[in-house]
Amino acid sequence: MSTFPASQMIVGGVFLMCAATTVAGALLAALTARIIRSVCGLAISCIGLAGLYYFLHSPFLALMEILIYVGAVCVTIIFAVMLAEPDEPVRDDKLGSTLLWGSFAFVVCAAVFWGLWQLGTHQDWTVPVARVSDGSIQAIGKSLLTTYSLAFELISLALLVAIIGALALARTGRDKV
Amino acid sequence: MTPVPLPERPDLYFIVAALLLVIGIFGLLRRRTLIGMLISGELIFSAASLNLMTFNYFKAPDPTVGQIFVLFIMGLAAAEIAIALSIIIAVYRNYRSVKTKELSELSG
Repeated sequence: MSTFPASQMIVGGVFLMCAATTVAGALLAALTARIIRSVCGLAISCIGLAGLYYFLHSPFLALMEILIYVGAVCVTIIFAVMLAEPDEPVRDDKLGSTLLWGSFAFVVCAAVFWGLWQLGTHQDWTVPVARVSDGSIQAIGKSLLTTYSLAFELISLALLVAIIGALALARTGRDKV
Repeated sequence: MTPVPLPERPDLYFIVAALLLVIGIFGLLRRRTLIGMLISGELIFSAASLNLMTFNYFKAPDPTVGQIFVLFIMGLAAAEIAIALSIIIAVYRNYRSVKTKELSELSG
């Protein structure tokens, strides 16, 4: 289909870059000692994830991922980082128990990853015979306002309750400080 | 037979999603502050979203359903972050700390 054969390689390279960005940002988010770097890792991971969403033919969700996660969630976490002092404390345990629990966590995670790897690569999932819709933004908008309108309204209600709850929770105890 | 191009292979997306989930679980077990655990929880949310989107694109008969579901996940994650961070701020005001080891009043 492509007259220019290198374009396939370029697209594959961009895809691999998005996947590597996602994983590297996640590693940064989970492993660094300073919490502000961890927030930056989460932002990098979300940008890579938005690229993967774009490759999955949903540019709307890629935009929403950047808008909500990088624009709202990471900024909110940075505000909390500035209000509290959340850096990782210095380890005061004995070295033996730290190594024991660390290796235990690593073994658990490796086992989960191995199982999911096997499931993802060796399972034959059934492929649908025909597509009902094309998954475009128009189709999403129609579904949101017809089939999923109740869930849509409930989400807005949940967000309203979350805002009021966050205000009420952060308000108490303010005059004690 | 020409090889399948990389973005059209579902197993690569599955592997990235599995890596995100595993890194999130490892961070959740390793972190010793509340905000660090919250960030690891967000990574687990991302893993679930990527998995849903992969199935939505490659295997679902209606490709709008997964996108709407992931949109709802994002909305609920934003609400969860707002509530959790205000709880963390309230905890910090009372205890002067967000380290999980020092928040042990209920452990007797």
